[in-house]
Amino acid sequence: MSKVRVLVGTRKGAFILTSDGKRDKWDVSGPHFAGWEIYHIKGSPVDPDRIYASQTSGWFGQILQASNDGGKTWFQPGVKPEEAGPPAFPAKASNRFVYDDSGETGKPLTTHQWYDGTQHPWEFKRVWHLEPSLTDANLVYAGVEDAALFRSTDGGESWHELPGLRGHGTGPDWQPGAGGMCLHSIIIDPSNPNRIFIAISSVGAFRTDDGGKSWKPINKGLVSDYIPDPNAEIGHCVHHIAMSPSRPGVLFMQKHWHVMRSDDAGDNWTKISGNLPTDFGFCIDIHAHEPDTLYVVPIKSDSLHYPIDGKLQVWRSRTGGNEWEPLTKGLPQSDCYVNVLRDAMAVDTLDKCGIYFGTTGGQVYVSPDAGDTWSAIVHDLPAVLSVEVQTLA
Amino acid sequence: MTRCLRHGWESTNSTDHCHPERSTLGGPADLSPWGKRSKGSVLTRLNSDMNLATSQVRVQLPYHLRNLAHIDGEVALEVTPPVTVRAVLDALEASYPMLRGTIRDHDTLARRPFLRFFACEQDLSLDSPDNPLPDAIARGKEPLLIIGAIAGGSPDS
Repeated sequence: MSKVRVLVGTRKGAFILTSDGKRDKWDVSGPHFAGWEIYHIKGSPVDPDRIYASQTSGWFGQILQASNDGGKTWFQPGVKPEEAGPPAFPAKASNRFVYDDSGETGKPLTTHQWYDGTQHPWEFKRVWHLEPSLTDANLVYAGVEDAALFRSTDGGESWHELPGLRGHGTGPDWQPGAGGMCLHSIIIDPSNPNRIFIAISSVGAFRTDDGGKSWKPINKGLVSDYIPDPNAEIGHCVHHIAMSPSRPGVLFMQKHWHVMRSDDAGDNWTKISGNLPTDFGFCIDIHAHEPDTLYVVPIKSDSLHYPIDGKLQVWRSRTGGNEWEPLTKGLPQSDCYVNVLRDAMAVDTLDKCGIYFGTTGGQVYVSPDAGDTWSAIVHDLPAVLSVEVQTLA
Repeated sequence: MTRCLRHGWESTNSTDHCHPERSTLGGPADLSPWGKRSKGSVLTRLNSDMNLATSQVRVQLPYHLRNLAHIDGEVALEVTPPVTVRAVLDALEASYPMLRGTIRDHDTLARRPFLRFFACEQDLSLDSPDNPLPDAIARGKEPLLIIGAIAGGSPDS
């Protein structure tokens, strides 16, 4: 029988929730990396037992963890306890993310805008998102703050920036939002290995068609009234983007206000908020087998990061946007003031597609029937930062 | 041939790397214990060749770093004199490579902002990492404390 493994990153560790295909009885493992912020934890599509995790702390910085046994045990790639000798500038370090400003391979580091309008140097803070390759278990992409894209080809032992993104031209005009200038979404096109989509908070979405060497902003059609030029090429606060593997090139976006759709790989976007009670939110995802069935969690506003009237609702569209319906059965409809963060929703690929999301209140909900009914897998985890799901044979 | 027992270097010519202004060739002082070349001379590490005694230094780490390194209690490190914060951290990271980047930046080696170094009831965090540590640390009588700032609150991002 099939199984599912839910990978949950929280502010105080990672949790792994497993169940069979019925998805009604769950085993909970964790906290792994207790006390650390686990911004993201995701498995390789090639080898589901290979899982990568971003472990971070304001005190101690970034750690990269990996597992080869589905999360039972973990190791820091490339770190060998028996190593000896001078430690300075080791050739490989799985937690070393250095912007590539070398003359041969990199781009000048330059600066980006700061909150006060002055220019500020790029500074690495943490890994926000890990995206394992669709074809190679040792190839992983990392989206980091301050925004940049890194890639490892050795299972996370070492990381190298794809500098074409940061250095493509608009970099000096990028500036952080309140949550940081983070590269939070990475989508690898299954039909074209050279095409990757990324999104950066308070900057916008970008696409490469040559494997990461060069990039272009793909924000035409986005309108953001809170920036000086609402139709600017960059500066839009994209919260998350999603694409169905079965329909490459059709993208969906949850923005800081507005839910958007592109049918041409991001070249043009149209608003599909339709009848949503509010089109502010963070996460967005797509049914595994119905590429026009979308899920969002409407959040009242950017000033109040919680659901309208204390009612936690997922809204579903079965028409690719514009027409939405509330999903409430099993979700709290009073006194619920949690948020659902950008990477905290996921879907499994079982025949009856399961939808999952985690809240800042520590709940992780599952719907085994594509959103018709919901139940809480766990109630009292630390604030959930990310949710990913693996469907195991 | 010139040598300095205090800093553990030997030069193939008369370059005085501790006081380059006195040297016939001059050039920047380069006191790396790992034998980096300086201008006009060959600089080598003496300590291992001359079997200078190492100091056993005690270090106390914050809870999360003890967990990361699978350490229970204090760490005892063999440190080649001079015993400085830099030398202690070099020895710590050599023995526990999973701690690289967690106490000081990988490349600049600057102390991470929310960590502090204490020894003999003094905060040494703002001192040069190359200053000799108190004798009590070098002799293992007192530990070097690496402490995380007690900073409260967490942004909801």
